[in-house]
Amino acid sequence: MPMRAAELRNTERELYQFHVRVGIAGLAVLVAFGLLAARFVFLQVAQHDAYRAKAEDNRISIVPVAPNRGLIVDRNGIVLARNFSAYTLEIFPRRLSDLERTIDELAEIVDIQPKDRARLRKLLAETRNAESLPIRTRLTDEEVAKFAANRYRFPGVDIKARLFRQYPFGETASHVIGYIGRINRDDQARLEEEGLDANYRGTEYIGKAGIEASYQNELHGTTGLEQVEIDAAGRGIRTLSRTPSQPGNDVALTLDIRLQEVAEAAFGARRGALVALEPSTGAVLAFVSKPGFDPNLFVDGIDPQSWAELNNSPDRPLNNRAIAGLYPPGSTFKPYMALAALELGKRTPRSTIFDPGYFEFGGRRFRDSKPGGHGVVDLYKSIVKSSDTYYYMLANDMGIDAIAGFMKHFGFGAKTGIDLQGEALGVLPSPEWKTRRFRRPEQQKWYAGETISIGIGQGYNSYTPVQLAQAIATLANSGVTFRPRLVSHVDNLRSGGRRYLEPQLAHRVPARAEHLEFVRNAMAGVNREGTGARAFAGAQYTSAGKTGTAQVIGLKQGEKYIESKVEERLRDHSLFIAFAPVESPKIALAVVVENSGFGARAAAPVARTVLDYFLLGKLPEIMTRPTPEDEVEEEEGD
Amino acid sequence: MELARIPLRRLGERLAEGIDSTLLVLALSLSFIGLAALYSASYDNPARIANQLAHLALGLAAMWLVAQVPPQTLMRFALPAYALGLALLVAVALFGDVVNGAQRWLRVGLVRFQPSEMMKLAVPLMLAWTFHRNESSLRLRDFAMAALLLAVPVALIVKQPDLGTAALVAAAGTYVIFFAGIGWKLLAGLAAAGLASLAPLWGLLHEYQRKRILMLLDPTQDPLGSGYHIIQSTIAVGSGGLVGKGWLNGTQAHLEFIPERHTDFIFAVFAEEFGLAGGALLLLLYTLLVARGLMIAANAPTLFARLLAGAIALMFFTYVFVNLGMVTGILPVVGVPLPFISYGGTALLTVFIGIGLLMSAQRHRKLVQT
Repeated sequence: MPMRAAELRNTERELYQFHVRVGIAGLAVLVAFGLLAARFVFLQVAQHDAYRAKAEDNRISIVPVAPNRGLIVDRNGIVLARNFSAYTLEIFPRRLSDLERTIDELAEIVDIQPKDRARLRKLLAETRNAESLPIRTRLTDEEVAKFAANRYRFPGVDIKARLFRQYPFGETASHVIGYIGRINRDDQARLEEEGLDANYRGTEYIGKAGIEASYQNELHGTTGLEQVEIDAAGRGIRTLSRTPSQPGNDVALTLDIRLQEVAEAAFGARRGALVALEPSTGAVLAFVSKPGFDPNLFVDGIDPQSWAELNNSPDRPLNNRAIAGLYPPGSTFKPYMALAALELGKRTPRSTIFDPGYFEFGGRRFRDSKPGGHGVVDLYKSIVKSSDTYYYMLANDMGIDAIAGFMKHFGFGAKTGIDLQGEALGVLPSPEWKTRRFRRPEQQKWYAGETISIGIGQGYNSYTPVQLAQAIATLANSGVTFRPRLVSHVDNLRSGGRRYLEPQLAHRVPARAEHLEFVRNAMAGVNREGTGARAFAGAQYTSAGKTGTAQVIGLKQGEKYIESKVEERLRDHSLFIAFAPVESPKIALAVVVENSGFGARAAAPVARTVLDYFLLGKLPEIMTRPTPEDEVEEEEGD
Repeated sequence: MELARIPLRRLGERLAEGIDSTLLVLALSLSFIGLAALYSASYDNPARIANQLAHLALGLAAMWLVAQVPPQTLMRFALPAYALGLALLVAVALFGDVVNGAQRWLRVGLVRFQPSEMMKLAVPLMLAWTFHRNESSLRLRDFAMAALLLAVPVALIVKQPDLGTAALVAAAGTYVIFFAGIGWKLLAGLAAAGLASLAPLWGLLHEYQRKRILMLLDPTQDPLGSGYHIIQSTIAVGSGGLVGKGWLNGTQAHLEFIPERHTDFIFAVFAEEFGLAGGALLLLLYTLLVARGLMIAANAPTLFARLLAGAIALMFFTYVFVNLGMVTGILPVVGVPLPFISYGGTALLTVFIGIGLLMSAQRHRKLVQT
């Protein structure tokens, strides 16, 4: 009993203590809420007049000041993307009750095409929370004057002076430079996720493709702000204070725009891709994806008709073939196979095979591209004359695991890490890849017969042109790979500082110097006395190359490929890889010309044209038209 | 007719059972004010009203359901809810989505949700249950244990980083410990330890996370962000004056000067249109709500119910104080919604479940005493 009494007392004491604490809490709540009430009184009674004045008469608006976007220049400082100032007619959609009627009335004063209306509708649908959107860009002085006289009629319309992005070279290097466009919902969400949204208040444009996208953070700059008094209609009265914006950095490419023009001219109207690298650094010297597009179309928001034309064209001009196009390497794969054979001890330079024009395996004939074959073939001849039979046998002897294991050192089937977005992976075939790629067990199995055509760069092999270029640059640079990159340095205009982007060592191929030397020598033989000899006849420098022809369609057993009978888009792709000069390579490149047949016929002459200009400064005959820069100078001279 | 009427009345009685009318009237009045303010703040997006009505219905249903559960049964949910919340917080740290630079959201199927939100209730539940189990002999060890149970989830939420929610969860736990009768010196020590543990945590944060936190403490560093919010919301509140500019007539809100005007800063819209009178009414309603909560706590039969009800009552106070303090520019900008008023489904659900818990403590008072 005394125990229980004590416990009871204890409980009572605890309850009493609890009530005390509830009382303390209640008091604290009253004090805190009293504090808030005092704050309300202070703001709404004591300071009311001041705040009412701020709210009613002089609303202070903090207006972000968008920074000027940095320039993009080529390796010699030639401007590839610049800004120019122009007047635009802007519509403030939220201040308008009847958008269509306003536009109709505007059309009486300034020229507004159906194209402009369509673009505005597209922008309205895509853009979130935009204060104003352009209905017309690049007004003439006359139009500006006309609208100014009628401005009182249009409360939700105003003229703005804005900077526009311009790409003076148009289609040239369009897949490198890319373009900017209005910030859309996806961009906005990404900026918020990266915590960059505050710095993008006031910014309307963002890089969408190419260098404009991948170096967006360098090019953008820092947003400034102005405290502005605005009237009840939201128009600015005067600026109270100003923190200036800081312009974005200028980005200088490794690309030589003149070489780029030569390379694109060499393609003519044909589709394809070319990537030229400096083997000792990975710097991209030329980067072609044909056809291109005019990036200027995208700047003010592309009109739906141009968009449909670009998007629906069977030539896929928006597709960046150099990093996202996948092509079988064809016979350009053979030099790497030869190096693998030497390195793994499967062949020696002296050993020979007999090539009857086919290789028989499992009751199936794998045919050589030369009917009747090349007769007795050693390793050197197998590259120079491009014997298929030699590599059918070699692939069979090596096995798929050894091939895949060696080829990955050259970066085949892996992203190169070039500083552009949207790089494709490609396929370096292996039994593991097949297991990952396919679902059904019978599809997942690797058949020995599949290894055979891997040896000549067909089968499941498919790589991007930038991978092909990286591989040949690696071979030219004695097995050392530098990551391909397009930007040489970044200039900060305010500080005058310049930051160089260092070459990045990607990996080394485990191969002996004498083996690399042998393969390079055989590739020099290709251009001297082999399949590349015709394209390189009379060259005033030494060069090494390898032709390739990639099948677009598979042929049935016994079926013969007759070019004239095959539909144009199903014809073979023409490939060429090369580097020059042989002794100390300054340039290595890979060329793909789509649906153009033998590598020797279409791709090798493109490579010759590019090397001639790069090493000798020799312009091809097709390039007699003046460049945009020259035109400007001529105008100024008049 | 007669037959139909009786079950209907029974249904009505059944529905009203366990519902504390004072709390219900206060909650509904506040929600109604909230809808009015939201209507004014959402002229650009009328669909929000319909959404908020749906949230409200869901909240009321959850409140009713929780009110039916006796505190003894609630206790059984304490450990599972806490453990689940903790597991989800760890999952967020490992695989959560990053939104606004903070990793708070967990994706379950199509739904993204914020586990830190459920900790606002799971932590006081867990701590109240811990103290209740050792009721007869509360010693230093029990307070140390409670402090640990509180520190782990708070640290995980700070790491996200979500300082606002972390502070609210920490407050909820501290209230339980305070009501459990911790000595004043010990309480001061606990607070000091909590502050000291922030230092090593700082080292774990990313650079951008640190920047975000520093921005909270000094909004002038970010005039395009938080600083702008405070300047504009203060102007809106101050320009409201004694009786406000009238419903739907707030110029600051309608010219879009007020950021987040339908969520965290909705009070600025309300105060501009309804003035000091509106603000005072709102404060009065909140005071009554908190007072009712504390009264329920004082009369609750078990230690568990007392602690839970007391902590929840003070939670409501904390939400209101932090939010109104932020909007009127006396506290830093942290993302804390105004209970019943701010737009948002999760926040409203948490608030109504809190009311349900209070009702549960109130309803089952007599049953136990007899």
